[in-house]
Amino acid sequence: MNPSSLIGKEIPRVDGPLKVTGRAHYAADVAVDELLHGYVLSSGIARGWIRKIDTAIASSVQGVVQIYTHENRPDTAWFDRKYRDDDSPQGSPFRPLGSDKILYSGQPIALVVANSLNAARYAASLIEVEYGVEPHVTSLETQREKAFQPGRAKSGYEPPPKPKGNPEEAYAAAPHKIEARYSTAIQHHNPMEPHASTVIRSHDGHLTIYDKTQGVLNCQTYVCNVFNLKKDQVRILSPFVGGAFGSGLRPQYQLFLAVMASLDLQSSVRVMLSRQQMFSFGHRPRSLQKLQMAADEAGNLQAITHEAISETSHFEDYVEQIVGWSGMTYACDNIRLDHKIARLDTYTPLDMRAPGATSGVYALETAIDELAVASGIDPLAFRIKNFTTQHPLKNKPFSSKELLACYEQAAARFGWQARKKEARSMREGRKLIGWGMATGVWEAYQRPASAEAILYGDGRLVVSSATSDFGTGTYTIMTQIAAATLGLPLDAVSFKLGDSSLAEAPLSGGSFTASSVGTAVMKVCEKIRHKVFAMAKKMEGSPFAEQSYEDVEFADGFLHRKSNPAQMLSIASVLSYSGVGSLQEELKAMPDVPKQESHERATHSAFFVEVKVDEDFGTVEVSRVVSAVAAGRIINPLTARSQILGGVVWGISQALHEESYLDHKIGRFMNHDFAEYHIPVQADIKDIDVIFVEEHDEIVNPLGIKGLGEIGIVGVSAAVGNAIFHATGTRLRDLPFTLDKLISSSH
Amino acid sequence: MDPSIAEDAKGPSWHRSSVSDTAHELRMQVNGVATHLHVEPWTSLLDALRENLGLTGTKRGCDHGQCGACTVLVNGRRINSCLALAALQDGASVTTIEGLAQGDQLSPMQEAFIEADAFQCGFCTPGQICSAMGLLAEGRAKTQDEIREQMSGNLCRCGAYTNILAAVEKVLHSEGKGQHS
Repeated sequence: MNPSSLIGKEIPRVDGPLKVTGRAHYAADVAVDELLHGYVLSSGIARGWIRKIDTAIASSVQGVVQIYTHENRPDTAWFDRKYRDDDSPQGSPFRPLGSDKILYSGQPIALVVANSLNAARYAASLIEVEYGVEPHVTSLETQREKAFQPGRAKSGYEPPPKPKGNPEEAYAAAPHKIEARYSTAIQHHNPMEPHASTVIRSHDGHLTIYDKTQGVLNCQTYVCNVFNLKKDQVRILSPFVGGAFGSGLRPQYQLFLAVMASLDLQSSVRVMLSRQQMFSFGHRPRSLQKLQMAADEAGNLQAITHEAISETSHFEDYVEQIVGWSGMTYACDNIRLDHKIARLDTYTPLDMRAPGATSGVYALETAIDELAVASGIDPLAFRIKNFTTQHPLKNKPFSSKELLACYEQAAARFGWQARKKEARSMREGRKLIGWGMATGVWEAYQRPASAEAILYGDGRLVVSSATSDFGTGTYTIMTQIAAATLGLPLDAVSFKLGDSSLAEAPLSGGSFTASSVGTAVMKVCEKIRHKVFAMAKKMEGSPFAEQSYEDVEFADGFLHRKSNPAQMLSIASVLSYSGVGSLQEELKAMPDVPKQESHERATHSAFFVEVKVDEDFGTVEVSRVVSAVAAGRIINPLTARSQILGGVVWGISQALHEESYLDHKIGRFMNHDFAEYHIPVQADIKDIDVIFVEEHDEIVNPLGIKGLGEIGIVGVSAAVGNAIFHATGTRLRDLPFTLDKLISSSH
Repeated sequence: MDPSIAEDAKGPSWHRSSVSDTAHELRMQVNGVATHLHVEPWTSLLDALRENLGLTGTKRGCDHGQCGACTVLVNGRRINSCLALAALQDGASVTTIEGLAQGDQLSPMQEAFIEADAFQCGFCTPGQICSAMGLLAEGRAKTQDEIREQMSGNLCRCGAYTNILAAVEKVLHSEGKGQHS
């Protein structure tokens, strides 16, 4: 890669001008002639069946075109496998309007299609439903005894490995020990943009679908399978996605309903969900966890036992990696991990920002803090003491792990050395001050991905891949990687994404887009670079006639001799001389599996948090956060910092605000709007500092990128809880730490 | 769509209705353009902008006045357009995100949002920027904490708050300097 390149530069988002002028069109924004609007009616019970559904009055509303229920829904594919997608757990995927059965509260039971949104919305309110009610269960606590081992129920999920050593014996023998139960709350993704699909039907029946998704190809395959269409009949577009955080990993029911109506009515149709309906598909599951940990006199970990139970639906076996982090983060010879799932009458949970780690590392990092306190050792010193460069269960070295640098740099900037050890020892007027910290960890994956590049005769480069940018900065960093590889100015390069007709890319999730698609973009541009060089070498009187590829540098749109940069040719002149209008290449970049598998690959972080607690009211303010992240090479520190800031805000939200409350009597999420589902507002967020530590890693992928989407959130809630303990002497173990819990625990 | 004339209930040919008996005639200046349309009494300003005028820069995030994504300026004041009835805006001057730039020349607030990376997905951004313009016009926010408090009606799920604060602060301070010089 070009040393004087754009990699590592703070480049403002290339899609910024569109986003600040309202010209970025999201799934429900595209202008379509003769568009019909669909509005969904949601089930009012959690389990049972539809005895009767009366649409007569609703149908009479002016503008209503059709009302779909399970009774008149057009036929779709028969087999379950046709409904599976790239993020499906094992089971029978939900089929909207598939039968009279009610599987969860909020289930779509009718779609009203009308010639205006108002008419559809109003008519939906006039549908009369009679239910046959069956008893439901939505409380995970009551299902502990029925929990089961999920096996490999979801792609990417590894069941906990066999225990190492003898944790029970080591725990019994150790001088310092803790045993505690922790719980995490159900959360809903709630991107600001509600899920929407706009299906544009052309006269020949082709469908162009603007969908809110993190995977256009995933949605294309789903639509083709479910509705028996050919790939060339369905094009999915998602040039702009208004946040997702995992909610767009699976095709959601608005896509199914919009396509169904469009095919049946032979018209263009848009279906947008309401904010309330954003609580009706997929969520971060509740978890109940137990940790036993022990240390010797010097504070060396002797035993870790981590057990978790999380929830799934009755139709799919969702599972995420909650306990695995406890077997990879610290050095320990005796480890036992266990994870079970239990069925509830809710929708299947869905991967949500740092799935599993957000819950499991919260418990681990709280327990580590408790054990440090029990051992009489500073929590930072305790973690440093138990640092490991090897995965303790797999006995593999980490490809890189600059976690100690994270601790050191963040602690210095935070001023950790001034911390008083005892709880309740720091005050500011009537406010108790607490300082806490935690470690974060997430895996660094690379998946197969493709990219196409076209270099035009005028020196413009267009690179593309069917990947996504939902605020993650993909447009910008791919433009940087392409421009850097071919030595072109940034404004000569454009990157296209969010289109199923482009080169194949994996779902965008798990923090692997930058590493996977970035590698493909770099490699396809290298291929073009080789071609340009070969053409330049053959030119009459070429300054590179005797040179090899390694002797030449690409910069500012020119090829230069490294030994004599004045010897140069413009890329445009090379193409023009050779008589080719453009050069086009497509390439699939595969992970180097043997090289990667020889090492454990992960991102790490450290979070230092200051809280101010009002003891009388139980209110907690996170007044200061210093985060340090070791995530390999940082392509764009400006957008990278935003990723981490966002993660930290999510962590604060998990710690203090966010919970979807189920009313178990009616089996329904009660706080299904932004008035009652609390996420931080501007006034809740104070200073957040982000440090990227230097980390070089040639094993994770050729670019040395580890990804940033998840690492900013993992561990933050534990750091907040640990700070609350330091402030108040009260240990809270059930997220979120709302004021009622703090007040009732401290009396 | 031509913003000067738009019918409510624009729909497929087999169901297109002419202006209904209950419709109200409404004249507004929208981003400086005289606009004449017919809306039902229950049509929100948000729906009038998005569905009738095709101005989709204004976003529907909750439809309940809880998220601020639909914030626009009505006669210079920031409001949640999802909670405002369109019919009551007769004679009003409405500015949406589409009306802030002069051609390709972005307004200082738009520039500041890009420079500070004050957004990620961009969905709440039109509302944030309109809200920030309203905040400047109100002239009550001087400190960081006052900006934070007075920008708290606009949710950002990507968590760009610290950068939004930086962008608003920058424009606030540069405007202050401009007034004194």
